[in-house]
Amino acid sequence: MDYDVMIIGGGVTGCSIARSLSQYELSICLLEKDEDVCSGTSKANSGIVHAGYDPIPHTLKAKLNVMGSEMMPQLSHDLDFDYKQNGSMILCFDKENLPKLNELYDRGIANGVKRMQLLSGDEARALEPNLTDAVQGALYCPTSGIVCPFGLTIAFAENAYANGVQFKFNSQVKTIDKIDGGYKIGLAGGESYTTRYVVNAAGVYADVIHNMVSDKKLEIVPKRGNYLLLDKEVGDYVKHTIFQLPGKMGKGVLVTPTAHGNLMVGPTSKVVDDKDDTSTYSTDLEEISTMASMSVKNLPLRKVITSFSGLRAHEIGDDFAIGQASGAPGFFDAAGIESPGLSCSPAIGEYVAEMIAKVGNVRKKEHFITTRKGILRTKDMTSEERTSLIKEKPEYGTIVCRCEQISEGEIIDAITRPLGARSLDGIKRRTRAGMGRCQAGFCTPRTMELLCEKTGMTMEQICKNKKGSELLEENK
Amino acid sequence: MKEHDVVIIGGGPAGLAAAISARKAGVEDIIILERSHQLGGILNQCIHNGFGLHTFKEELTGPEYAQRFIDQVEEAKIPYLLDTMVLDVQSHKVSYINKNEGMVTIGAKAIVLAMGCRERPRGALNIPGYRPAGIYCAGTAQRLMNIEGYKVGSNVVILGSGDIGLIMARRLTLEGAKVQVVAELMPFSGGLKRNIVQCLDDYDIPLKLSHTVIGIEGKERVTGVTLAQVDDQRKPIPGTEEHYECDTLLLSVGLLPENELSRNAKVRISPVTNGPVVDDTMQTSEDGIFACGNVLHVHDLVDYVSEEASLSGKNAALYVLQGRLEKCEIPLMATDGVRYTVPQTIDVKTMAPLVTVRFRVGNVFKNRSVSVYYDDKRIMCIKKKVLAPGEMEQVILQKKSFEAYPELKQITIKIEEA
Repeated sequence: MDYDVMIIGGGVTGCSIARSLSQYELSICLLEKDEDVCSGTSKANSGIVHAGYDPIPHTLKAKLNVMGSEMMPQLSHDLDFDYKQNGSMILCFDKENLPKLNELYDRGIANGVKRMQLLSGDEARALEPNLTDAVQGALYCPTSGIVCPFGLTIAFAENAYANGVQFKFNSQVKTIDKIDGGYKIGLAGGESYTTRYVVNAAGVYADVIHNMVSDKKLEIVPKRGNYLLLDKEVGDYVKHTIFQLPGKMGKGVLVTPTAHGNLMVGPTSKVVDDKDDTSTYSTDLEEISTMASMSVKNLPLRKVITSFSGLRAHEIGDDFAIGQASGAPGFFDAAGIESPGLSCSPAIGEYVAEMIAKVGNVRKKEHFITTRKGILRTKDMTSEERTSLIKEKPEYGTIVCRCEQISEGEIIDAITRPLGARSLDGIKRRTRAGMGRCQAGFCTPRTMELLCEKTGMTMEQICKNKKGSELLEENK
Repeated sequence: MKEHDVVIIGGGPAGLAAAISARKAGVEDIIILERSHQLGGILNQCIHNGFGLHTFKEELTGPEYAQRFIDQVEEAKIPYLLDTMVLDVQSHKVSYINKNEGMVTIGAKAIVLAMGCRERPRGALNIPGYRPAGIYCAGTAQRLMNIEGYKVGSNVVILGSGDIGLIMARRLTLEGAKVQVVAELMPFSGGLKRNIVQCLDDYDIPLKLSHTVIGIEGKERVTGVTLAQVDDQRKPIPGTEEHYECDTLLLSVGLLPENELSRNAKVRISPVTNGPVVDDTMQTSEDGIFACGNVLHVHDLVDYVSEEASLSGKNAALYVLQGRLEKCEIPLMATDGVRYTVPQTIDVKTMAPLVTVRFRVGNVFKNRSVSVYYDDKRIMCIKKKVLAPGEMEQVILQKKSFEAYPELKQITIKIEEA
């Protein structure tokens, strides 16, 4: 066998599982169809760490949610990614729906969520002055948080790599065949690998992968959500994550600060056929602003810097599909991971890793590297710290991205570190260069040059993200 | 902490002109802080001609125009720092970073803001669709083509008829690309008439007014866009959709003065210009902080930037030499088709003998007059055949004209029937 475990999918679920598995004496390889980790659903979601009042008590979702949420503070410290416990509020706009807030409160208690509080409309407005007068009551949950979804996924991946996990990019799985003692995985490029165990963390494509081996078919329906992202200038318009109580208007939209200090509004929810349909729609964008205006008054929508869309991997049975697939021993699904999947991801990693360790009867390593250091963020350093850093490494003294104040040093680190960025989006997700208010208008040319200098690529080979997204044409 | 008399933030056309005039006004200790690796700012990528007709009475390219000012800065031995990014401005204090010195805070008796502007990106427009490669702000494409020498695409649709978009329509055509159409949301162009003639009409590139992009196709690279006509409310009209196959969408949909530093320094910003509110000396609401160029308001011609920046630099120098004067400011109101004025206030006692008030109109007007009122008395009325949002207008106010109005409360500029 080439590997003990092959993981299909480099999203937050796959990378978390890779990291957790790398605690064990296993040879592991992760396959990702795109050029980088965090290229699908993991890059386009709300970035919320839900406290855990939402899932039905005693379900796997409830257990993993509370566990994942509790792991997050320590993990953000160990793996150096942005996370903040900013607290959340679920707003209720009709008096007759107030009992539903109580239900959520009770569910939270049953799931083990701590320190929740039921607030009146005025109490909610006292905590969050920009809420509308329509708010009749709220469930306040101080343990809810916000996380950088890219930072989390990349941190998992880099730490897994440091512990021996191999990563193969641009590696789309085309076939999986049962062989004696394991599976043979064929890639779109023609190469194939053998492995004892397979982990299916393929997001919206998890059904396709699952159905290659299992007798019990899975169906994942992509549910598209559009978002609006607003300038940091209005990043503190609300301090908590503001949800709406699900009601006749649907599940509602949220208004939240992001882990990076922007303001984010969304998402909508539309079932789509195409598993790559991440386009935005004017009707969705209008819906977001209408819905969000119920929660927050005078929402500063003139400060929108971008809109985007992500796909939830919705399993039609409406639960996480985690475990050994029917009729496919050694093939483990981590499928249907929609909200609160990001919150659950650390717990899913541990849960799946333990499952495989048990089946394979493998031991933990003696020397597991538990921590990982992220890219330096010079913007957050004091001027003395910056000056001494620049004395040693002058590249940290030249700012490339003006809006987010990202230096050459940070961009070079993003490219040259293990599993380094190979695309503009890869650099953006690692450093925030190009993520600010000018949306890469100024920094694109210099960032491209740095990518060329450090990788040997030509300017014409540089892509925004996957192959086919080249920015320039060959000069003929 | 090192201290300088005049610190100029930005070494583009505004910063250069401000530095030169501050020196001419008698201040020795000046420093220019420039974030790029060369002086000249955005002019370096504007390789087309048409610059300097007012200032030098000849037609120069952007780099040539910039070089005239760079030469003067060099001759006057005005120091400047390149690759130096200013991170914070406070009253009489500037912090910057570069690779030689690290992070440094310097004192400044006077500060001139000359940071320029940035382009409004796709995200700010909420254009629906995918987010593939091949969507460029016109200025980014201009830089990649003119400075780095790369080809951004071969089959192009342009949204927005700002000047950079118009210039790039011609530039791309000359480089062998096919520019199919320029779509403009408004019923008029935001660019200069001469650019529409010389960059679109001369190359048979259609300009579709009251049109916008309502969809972008292509998951990796742009494969097409859909245009639609818009109604009076700027909403797309169903049934007017037209599909264009293309690999590139260029955006020229507005410029925004870059005032993050100014805001941090508590400089009052006008919601109309998105630039600082200034008096007739180009001083902002903050003591000793002056502004000029596109950070103050977006200009159409660099000649006006130079003129305004000279005034700003000179007054920064006078501020250093004479200290702050007691001000008695009279507000300038912009109404009836006039969107804003720069300056926004005038001190009729301390003002120069002539003060140029620049403004833009909010719509296309034909056969109207620009009128200036001192309180409710009309004192000036200039007939205009055409007034358009793309062209900056100006009136010149004489100091002596105020002598008859000692109790003046406000000055109003408006568009009236001729």
